[in-house]
Amino acid sequence: MRAVVLALMLALMPGALLAQGAGSTMPADPDAGLIPQVEAPQVWPLFPDPVTPRGDPVADTDQAPEQVVAGLSNSAVAITTSFDGSDILIYGAVRRETPIPDGPLDVIVTIEAPSQPLTIWQKARRFGIWVNTERVDVGAAPSFYAVATTRPLADILAPDWDNRYRISLPLVLRAFAGAPEVEDTLPYTQALIRLRQQNGHYRLEEGAVTLVEDTLFRTDIRLPANLIEGDYRARIFLLREGAVIDAYGAAIEVRKVGLERWLYRLAFDQPLLYGLMSLAVAVIAGWGASAAFRKLRRA
Amino acid sequence: MQIYLPIAEVSVNAFTLMGLGGLVGVMSGLFGVGGGFLITPLLFFIGIPPAIAVATGANQVVASSVSGVLAHMKRKTVDFRMGGVLLAGGMVGSGLGVLVFNILQQLGQVELVVQLCYVVFLGLIGAMMLQESLRALLRARNPTGRRRLHQHMWVHRWPLKVKFRASGLYISVIPPLIVGVAVGILAAIMGVGGGFIMVPAMIYLLGMPTKVVVGTSLFQITFVTAFTTLMHAVSYNTVDVMLAVLLIVGGVIGAQIGTTLGARLRAEQLRILLALLVLAVCIKLALDLFLTPDDLFVITTRGQ
Repeated sequence: MRAVVLALMLALMPGALLAQGAGSTMPADPDAGLIPQVEAPQVWPLFPDPVTPRGDPVADTDQAPEQVVAGLSNSAVAITTSFDGSDILIYGAVRRETPIPDGPLDVIVTIEAPSQPLTIWQKARRFGIWVNTERVDVGAAPSFYAVATTRPLADILAPDWDNRYRISLPLVLRAFAGAPEVEDTLPYTQALIRLRQQNGHYRLEEGAVTLVEDTLFRTDIRLPANLIEGDYRARIFLLREGAVIDAYGAAIEVRKVGLERWLYRLAFDQPLLYGLMSLAVAVIAGWGASAAFRKLRRA
Repeated sequence: MQIYLPIAEVSVNAFTLMGLGGLVGVMSGLFGVGGGFLITPLLFFIGIPPAIAVATGANQVVASSVSGVLAHMKRKTVDFRMGGVLLAGGMVGSGLGVLVFNILQQLGQVELVVQLCYVVFLGLIGAMMLQESLRALLRARNPTGRRRLHQHMWVHRWPLKVKFRASGLYISVIPPLIVGVAVGILAAIMGVGGGFIMVPAMIYLLGMPTKVVVGTSLFQITFVTAFTTLMHAVSYNTVDVMLAVLLIVGGVIGAQIGTTLGARLRAEQLRILLALLVLAVCIKLALDLFLTPDDLFVITTRGQ
């Protein structure tokens, strides 16, 4: 079986796997084993309290009957001056020693940007004009989050498993910063997700993962042009009957390079020098332009 | 061609920015204004975070006013002493303005205050200019006797009187200092040079002769916006030099085209056009404040 998988894989994506191949080891958490012993509460709120800690993808690779082996087309993204977004190809295969079990197998792939604190404001009319009035501070929310799945998320992922790994969009928020000033934070978090979905920074792409023969999978996830720097995280989940049976994690390093990096560092490390440089550019451009056009007019 | 702006952390079309700079440059060449009052709101519209739009707008005004002030120095139409007094006030105002800007940012009200400032000032200036230039048009048709050189108002009789030779004035330094402070605050909060406030203030409040007004205001604006740019860069790291360069390249070319165009049109008609343009920007911004927004929620992160 394994040989077949490998042969198929090599045929499908030549050379690609060899670069990043075997590395399905997740940091082991003694509390959380594989499938068992998760007592699901009766009701799962749509937007659970972000204060509850986020589960890390944990799977005991030695015992899992089916394991995920995966790779990324690029493990680093360079933000250059002409950066216009980037496509990341995530591919992989299911490794198993036993015959394929019955029932559908599903794959979920997520990519997550580093989290930032942010503030959600609600506008209200005051003295006839629209003013930011009430605020909710969120301690950590990823600036980009994409979920790609083989089938509709609700059909393949049980709420308790979602809550544990925090896969679906409503669970991306981590924590409120301090006690919220408003009674009901739900409209605020909903608005955050709605706004970020509208501008493409939060994405749910159901059916975007193609799974071949319950063994090979691949998906393309497009990173938008407006990226921030940092260590992005890709996660791949293998699911059966709503439960996560194996998980894999990989890092994507997103860095400004060249001129972008130089300017950014200068602006933050040497702000005075940077400010003077900006002024020099402006003065030279203003003087140069008038001098050049005077010459042109005389000629 | 997409360009990733290192400080704003957004990717925008380079030609859009250069076109924007060019358009504003044409305006500034045509009407003799810096164009900051147009560039900052336009940057909001294309999705540049307000804090960065304001700081970078100030940097762009430096470039356009340098090229203007050089031309005026050649024609000897700059009153350096008056400029110096205005400048001293302007520095104080700019420092205050950057401070106020930071407080507003923490309160989440930057956008509102900047928009309100624009609506109020653009509305006032636009209406005044329209009225004044319409009257000038009528006067040109039936000319009457010569006007007085300038009128003395009560503010001119305050203490600390100083001779301003190039302007032919002997007045107290306090009113020009106050004008300078007010313009400095506006420069820092609105990302503008304040020429559209200062020029009428110099003519109507200080009674300066029109021929030295533009040169002197450009002289002062150059230094106040330079100071504002530095303050924003050092305190909040919000100047995006890549964005500034694109705007400046478009701007300096546009300004020269505007100057050539301006020589072929009549001054009164030009001023009516500018007044209408100012009022149009004012109405657009006012509508944004009064109409129900598409979404009642907004998200702000650092630097936005």
